[in-house]
Amino acid sequence: MLEIRNLVTAYGAVLALDDVSMDVPAGRITAVLGANGAGKTTLLRTVSGLVRPKAGTVQLEGKDITNAQVEDMVHRGMAHVPEGRGVIAELTIEENLRLGSLWRKDAKQEEIEEVYRTFPALESRRRLSAHTLSGGERQMLVVGRALLAKPKVLLLDEPSLGLAPRIVAQIFAIVRDLVDRTGLAVLLVEQNAKSALSIADTGVVLNLGKVVATDDARALAADEGLRHAFLGF
Amino acid sequence: MTRLLNLLLNGVTLGAVYAAFALCLVLIFRATRIINFAQGAQAMFTTYLAYQLVSNGQPYVVALVVALVSGFLLGAFVERVIVRPVESGPEINAVIVTLGLFVAIEALAAILFGNQFQSFPAPFGVDGLRVGGVDLALTGNDRYRIVAVLVAAGLLLALFRFTNLGLRLRAAAFGQEVARLLGVRVGRMLTLGWALAGLFGSLAGLLIAGGSLFSPSYMQGVVVFGFTAAVLGGLDSFGGAVVGGLVLGLTQSLVAGYVASSLVTMAALAILILVLLLRPGGLFSSSVARRV
Repeated sequence: MLEIRNLVTAYGAVLALDDVSMDVPAGRITAVLGANGAGKTTLLRTVSGLVRPKAGTVQLEGKDITNAQVEDMVHRGMAHVPEGRGVIAELTIEENLRLGSLWRKDAKQEEIEEVYRTFPALESRRRLSAHTLSGGERQMLVVGRALLAKPKVLLLDEPSLGLAPRIVAQIFAIVRDLVDRTGLAVLLVEQNAKSALSIADTGVVLNLGKVVATDDARALAADEGLRHAFLGF
Repeated sequence: MTRLLNLLLNGVTLGAVYAAFALCLVLIFRATRIINFAQGAQAMFTTYLAYQLVSNGQPYVVALVVALVSGFLLGAFVERVIVRPVESGPEINAVIVTLGLFVAIEALAAILFGNQFQSFPAPFGVDGLRVGGVDLALTGNDRYRIVAVLVAAGLLLALFRFTNLGLRLRAAAFGQEVARLLGVRVGRMLTLGWALAGLFGSLAGLLIAGGSLFSPSYMQGVVVFGFTAAVLGGLDSFGGAVVGGLVLGLTQSLVAGYVASSLVTMAALAILILVLLLRPGGLFSSSVARRV
């Protein structure tokens, strides 16, 4: 679905991504793991066009999107949930959701109701400003909003950040279920390697901008040396 | 009693215009965190265009439409051509650019149309209203001002609140990056925001000029009061801008009527200081603390 080849991204003289390649197949969750500063967020921002790479290519369904406009990504089937949740606090919960389907001409109210069924905590407060939501509810809101964009690839940046383990498990379970049912491709970036590997199919370990390991998620979780060196558990 | 009533009515009329002007400052500020100091000069310029038509025998409605359309286009032009290139730098750069633009437009108007005062005919009568034996100082022109601001503000609010375009405009203003990721053309939305502000400013300018004298610098006082009104309201709230405008208009009218007209500016300043001491974010600031 998504093919990343030899991506190089630099901030000034510092290489944030150094020759990164990976595949993100449909119906799979690919987890990118690594410490702070490993280049995980930069990877997602480069893929969605918020940051321009120095070299390398990104292909979505065989089409080159390396230099496509950020605003076009959603039309091409990519949704990116940025780090720090990306809720627009000045809008209501419902307005935040509507933003997700705004680009589609065929968007229906029923789809928004569907999101409320998945995340009932949001429904009773649909007309309230989104800044009334807790951290976990905000994460539900942005995941729901991204799904309303009907993406083929979902980029998730640190969805577990600052959330209670129970909420993380709930959100991960919903994502897993969706991937299995719809064939969505997910590129998940996580510092919380243990939870991420528990739902991912494939794991990619980044360190200082370089890929140091790519393997089946279970194999990675079992690799003690790797875990101690890069994953912190 | 009649005197108080008349002062209040006068205050509402003044306040409506300040509110209209504050609205355009708010429109731009909340999208780009820039105060457009050229807003008054843009409005002045389009008022001159309208005046050219009226003094050549065109009906007022034609002049109004031309002023609004040219205000819209001028606003879009200013954003796209003059502000956009400096927008990525510190906000102060763009603010200084709008200050420069303010001076430039005033100078251009003086060159093209002359520096002397001219009289803009009142589009509606200037006779007061007689209700139940009481003479109210609410002329047809005043009523037109109030209604025009109400209608325009209502349309603007409806656009922002109830349409998909309005949702795009607000998303672009409050969450640029998220909006882009969801396919909102943020650049286009910013241009549209400035254009709408230009349109609204032109309306305010025309309403102020109608039935009174105007010159290339006639909007300067309005810019000061409109800015004060916007700050009172919190700079990013439409409702706050309207309330701020009305508070200032009423203050101005009451202070001028009961105390002394020379104290009007000082009273406005006193209110501003008081409000900012009690509520530093303004009366209606909708912005929430952002984590950095």
